[in-house]
Amino acid sequence: MKIADKKTTATKLVKTALEKAKKYADYNIFTFIDEEGALARAKEIDAAIARGEKVGKLAGVPYALKDNFLSPRGETTASAHILQGFKSPVTATAVAKLEAEGAIMIGRTNLDAFAHGSSTENSYFGPTHNAVDFERVAGGSSGGSAVAVALDIVEFATGTDTGGSIRQPASFNGVYGLKPTYGCISRYGVVAMASSTDCIGFFSKTPEDMDLLMSVASGQDAKDMTTLPDYYNPTDARTGNSEASSLAPVVTGLASSIAPVVANASELPVRRIGVIKEFDNESVDADIKKALKEKCEALKKKGYEIVELEMPALKYALAAYYIIVPAEVASNLSRYDGVRYGFRSEKSDNLEDLYLNTRSEGFMPENKRRIMIGNFVLSSGFYDAYFLKAAKARTLIVQEYEKAFKKCDFILTPVSPNPAFKLGEKVNDPVAMYLEDLMSVSLNLAGVPGLAIPAGKTDAGLPIGLQLVGPRRSDKNLIEFSKELE
Amino acid sequence: MKVDESTVKHLADLSDFRLNDDEVKRLGGDLENIIKYISQLDELDTSDVEPTYQVFEMENVWRGDEILPQDANREDLLNLTVETIDNQIKVPKVL
Repeated sequence: MKIADKKTTATKLVKTALEKAKKYADYNIFTFIDEEGALARAKEIDAAIARGEKVGKLAGVPYALKDNFLSPRGETTASAHILQGFKSPVTATAVAKLEAEGAIMIGRTNLDAFAHGSSTENSYFGPTHNAVDFERVAGGSSGGSAVAVALDIVEFATGTDTGGSIRQPASFNGVYGLKPTYGCISRYGVVAMASSTDCIGFFSKTPEDMDLLMSVASGQDAKDMTTLPDYYNPTDARTGNSEASSLAPVVTGLASSIAPVVANASELPVRRIGVIKEFDNESVDADIKKALKEKCEALKKKGYEIVELEMPALKYALAAYYIIVPAEVASNLSRYDGVRYGFRSEKSDNLEDLYLNTRSEGFMPENKRRIMIGNFVLSSGFYDAYFLKAAKARTLIVQEYEKAFKKCDFILTPVSPNPAFKLGEKVNDPVAMYLEDLMSVSLNLAGVPGLAIPAGKTDAGLPIGLQLVGPRRSDKNLIEFSKELE
Repeated sequence: MKVDESTVKHLADLSDFRLNDDEVKRLGGDLENIIKYISQLDELDTSDVEPTYQVFEMENVWRGDEILPQDANREDLLNLTVETIDNQIKVPKVL
């Protein structure tokens, strides 16, 4: 991604990206385009290179920012009416790290409002169209970011993944999408959805780019107490960086299971790849099943062992997810009341009305559904039967992954049961929409990483994605191993 | 579980928003379907299972008890609201 050979300039790269963004305006990818700012930063980088100064690892690389990352460049709306007008005075740590290495944000991308959705149809700004088939959904919630990379507008894009919001749109559009280990990248300055599952990650065109992005963005952050000491960059892990050294973490037993990080695939300790028996059923699209089988055959030929796993608790992951996440959503979204920032309803003559009217007018129907379900499962009389039960189911899911990784090194599964569906097809049936998350949510409940990789196309020409799942902290090996499946 | 109109209104009340008649009808049906789906957890045996509320690997993260510079100052934050008076956020009357 570097402009090392001097055959191009940051200005040329940014201009091309901006032209493409305009060319594909019909796809409704961007909620904001920063033409002036992006060109100004490109000029600075070109000038620095001309002066012979050292520039960052991502110098001049145009990227797209999911619109739930805070930065003073443009409004941060999370594609929600209730945040309209919000121009953040602070910058998310992930954004600061990317830009410190010279990456240039050309625009903010569309998402399901507050990342609630699997199609980007729940956006206040309307749906984003699929990169391959205009009549179909982009996937979601990070639909805009996935399409921006798939249409080659930008080199990479940021995303957030609470239950599949990076992996599913990556697979619907045929690009790489990583949901890292829980706690790998700081979430400071990112609009919270469900704090116990939210992860930040990326869309890229190659595993090499993904590795570079992870090496830049990962690491402990004093502003996010749920970040792990840096394990992604081996040198940093040994020396510790200045920010990390101010923290004194108490690490529990799990840390001892850190997978060794190695430099190239030939040295990978990976031998056994698991496939999940319960995911091989009639509800999964035949072309997706075929793609999985083909990849397994290819791996066998390379000498890997394919292990069939029984993971019966995963059947309950989606139900547990749609209890735990709405509960956390109800809590995280209680802060939006029109008082301190964003949209405020104009027709209120007392404070109570201001809260009620702002929230009534400002949330999308799916936001309201999730907040209400969250308040239902937490409410007196239902807490034990729903929230506590789901938290117990989560334990079983975590244990199931721990058991699975004793039998295999990585797991290979579909990302979703179906390829990209038609716009409007599931928008009026919330449960049908939730079922699209069936194979992606369990990773978030367990905190393990998952990398969506392109795996060919269906007979109808739609992209197929598979996900590689590894134990916690195996992100680097996962990316490295994905090269075996190219 | 049947989600009737009063349940929908109660949940909207807990959620701090109002719903119009159309929303009450539509959301009621949606919530009933969602609750039906998530109720399948009933069949899972969780006796003797401890709950998991988070999957972060650390128990505690300590920092020094010191005041650090913040990313945004008072003026920045007050600029985000609709109306201010004497460095405070102005809202409609409480009662």
